[in-house]
Amino acid sequence: MNSTDRNENGPSRIPQTGFRGWLDRRTGLDGLLRTALDEPVPGGARFAYIFGSGLLFIFLSQVITGVFLALYYVPSADHAHTTVAYISKVVTAGSFLRSLHSYGASAMVIVLLLHLSQTYIYGAYKGRRELLWISGCALFGLVMAMAFTGYLLPWDQRAYFATAVGTNAIGEVPFIGGMLTRLVRGGTEMGTLTISRFFVAHVFLIPACIFALVASHIFLFRSAGAAGPITENPYKPTAKSEPFYPRQVLMDLSLTALLLVGLGMLAFFIAAPLGPAADPANAQYVPRPDWYYLPIFQWLKYWHGAASAIGVLVIPTILALAVIALPFLDRSIERRPWKRPGAMGAFAFIMFGLVGLGLRSEYQDHHDPAVAQQLGRQKAEEDEYMRKPFEPDLSAASLAAANVNLADPLAAKGKTIFEAQSCNACHGDGGIGTAAAPALVAISAKFPSDQLTNLLQHPTAKMTAGAMPAVDLPTGDMKALIAYLESLK
Amino acid sequence: MSGRAENSGGISGEKSSSYGPPSGKRRSFLGALLTLGSFCVAALLSVPLIRFTLFPILRRTTELEPSPLGPLTDFTSLTEPLSKTIQVEQVDGWRKAVSEKTVYVTKDGHGQLCALSSICPHLGCTVPWVSAKKEFVCPCHGAVFAPDGSRVSGPALRGMDSLATTTTDGQLLVRFQYFRQLVSDKEVMD
Repeated sequence: MNSTDRNENGPSRIPQTGFRGWLDRRTGLDGLLRTALDEPVPGGARFAYIFGSGLLFIFLSQVITGVFLALYYVPSADHAHTTVAYISKVVTAGSFLRSLHSYGASAMVIVLLLHLSQTYIYGAYKGRRELLWISGCALFGLVMAMAFTGYLLPWDQRAYFATAVGTNAIGEVPFIGGMLTRLVRGGTEMGTLTISRFFVAHVFLIPACIFALVASHIFLFRSAGAAGPITENPYKPTAKSEPFYPRQVLMDLSLTALLLVGLGMLAFFIAAPLGPAADPANAQYVPRPDWYYLPIFQWLKYWHGAASAIGVLVIPTILALAVIALPFLDRSIERRPWKRPGAMGAFAFIMFGLVGLGLRSEYQDHHDPAVAQQLGRQKAEEDEYMRKPFEPDLSAASLAAANVNLADPLAAKGKTIFEAQSCNACHGDGGIGTAAAPALVAISAKFPSDQLTNLLQHPTAKMTAGAMPAVDLPTGDMKALIAYLESLK
Repeated sequence: MSGRAENSGGISGEKSSSYGPPSGKRRSFLGALLTLGSFCVAALLSVPLIRFTLFPILRRTTELEPSPLGPLTDFTSLTEPLSKTIQVEQVDGWRKAVSEKTVYVTKDGHGQLCALSSICPHLGCTVPWVSAKKEFVCPCHGAVFAPDGSRVSGPALRGMDSLATTTTDGQLLVRFQYFRQLVSDKEVMD
């Protein structure tokens, strides 16, 4: 773009003087803004076109809330649940931000489905917009992957068991299924390595791909141009266009405002639930995925044994390929839905199928007394956990110190000597070690007791150099001290 | 990409006049309004983010709770410093550390009950009470303190550190604190 383009034509051109003029000359920001705002909308602004920017808004909200949640979150099986509970129960505005992030995920899936449906029903994938559609399909997959990986991170019962089932389903893939499951889980079982993997995918890998694909999606959108109304020719557009700004911007903002207020109110008044910490030993727990995975969950129930390859791999692959290849399969220029009965029929079939599967799953849960009762119990456990005050994790150092509730009176006496002799000043409480001196935990595995006694009475040159004094104690006291050191496990 | 936008009329072949874009003045007023509105909404939305971030600074989470030392009657006939082990619970964000600390219950210069930290103000070793010498003697570098904790000799720059005590329901409580070492004035470490 050159400056004459920016400074002439158009009613809204502002004289490029002062700070703004200087900034524009250095950066071309004004031109960029104009490029964004003057995007031609063939056939004029419409509410049907608002979903794309709504998605962009939720994505940004997810990025911001996600980054802030990472201020307190720790991705490990030991701490994930505690840190999420800390965010929800202790940190100011923590429950609000977590709820915003959690509900934002659902909102993203809903708006994504609306965006996709609008594109499909309007035949906006046709003609010159093939790559745009394909990049959109990839983004759809990535958003679903974000939902799947994010669901595990709180590491509560619900998260743990839903992901256990989800990763098991991957195992149904013929031949390489078992390997895939192990790859995703970081081992045969779900554990702390699973959290690390899901965290890295959720926070680094998938978002990076989404950023890149959103950029290319918008680039391809501007390259191909907006699709316009259903009467518009998908190859050679003819409709008169209106600039994106102001009318379409205002329409887009109305959805943004609705999402903002809706999600804000929801997050403010209804905290996203957090259940008790994952307990892999719980054999009663009935796992259920979040609503957007219910149809797949139900679908997988119907495929077992040898036929599972068809249900898990063949049908979904064919469906996915057909969706991706849609612009190449459907080359007609007809975009009016009522003139495309085949396409609309297929759309209705898939949508009704998905909704039907989801409802079927809910129906079965409600009509199986055992399952309904267990699900009710799980909900009650979650509510109860939410009401309980936050309980901090006991640090590893405290555990070592607490282990020293000694049954052996000799070792207990040794502990008093250990402290009276200031051994703990350098070797730490419970012999856990400090920067000044090594840990004494499990020292008995290295030295038998007589050798240990000798070492304490006659420290080596290296020990003396590290300020370890010779321990001069009566025999009985020395025995007690050794007994205590041997109790440190 | 920009080239296409500059020919915004290019697709339709003519300028978009049929929708009657607002006049320049109205358009820039709307723009200013939207910009202002966006800033206000962004400012409003950043409030929870800022509160979330500042939480640990605005609320001290490393506070130590007072620990019980025992009933007051245990200490009425005190003739020499009495060593007591207390459990100190220190909350550090979402975790807590429980450690055992040795403190001495003794009488200060005015004969009042007080508690002393057993951590040597020199370099932090645990100072034992040596009954035979009627003195506290640090085993590491030989600092010597009187029964009331005041400095007698050795490398320490001040006497042993007294701890705040309170009495609740006839129980003596002590609030454990850490103090900076190697300085002549008692300074609490946060």
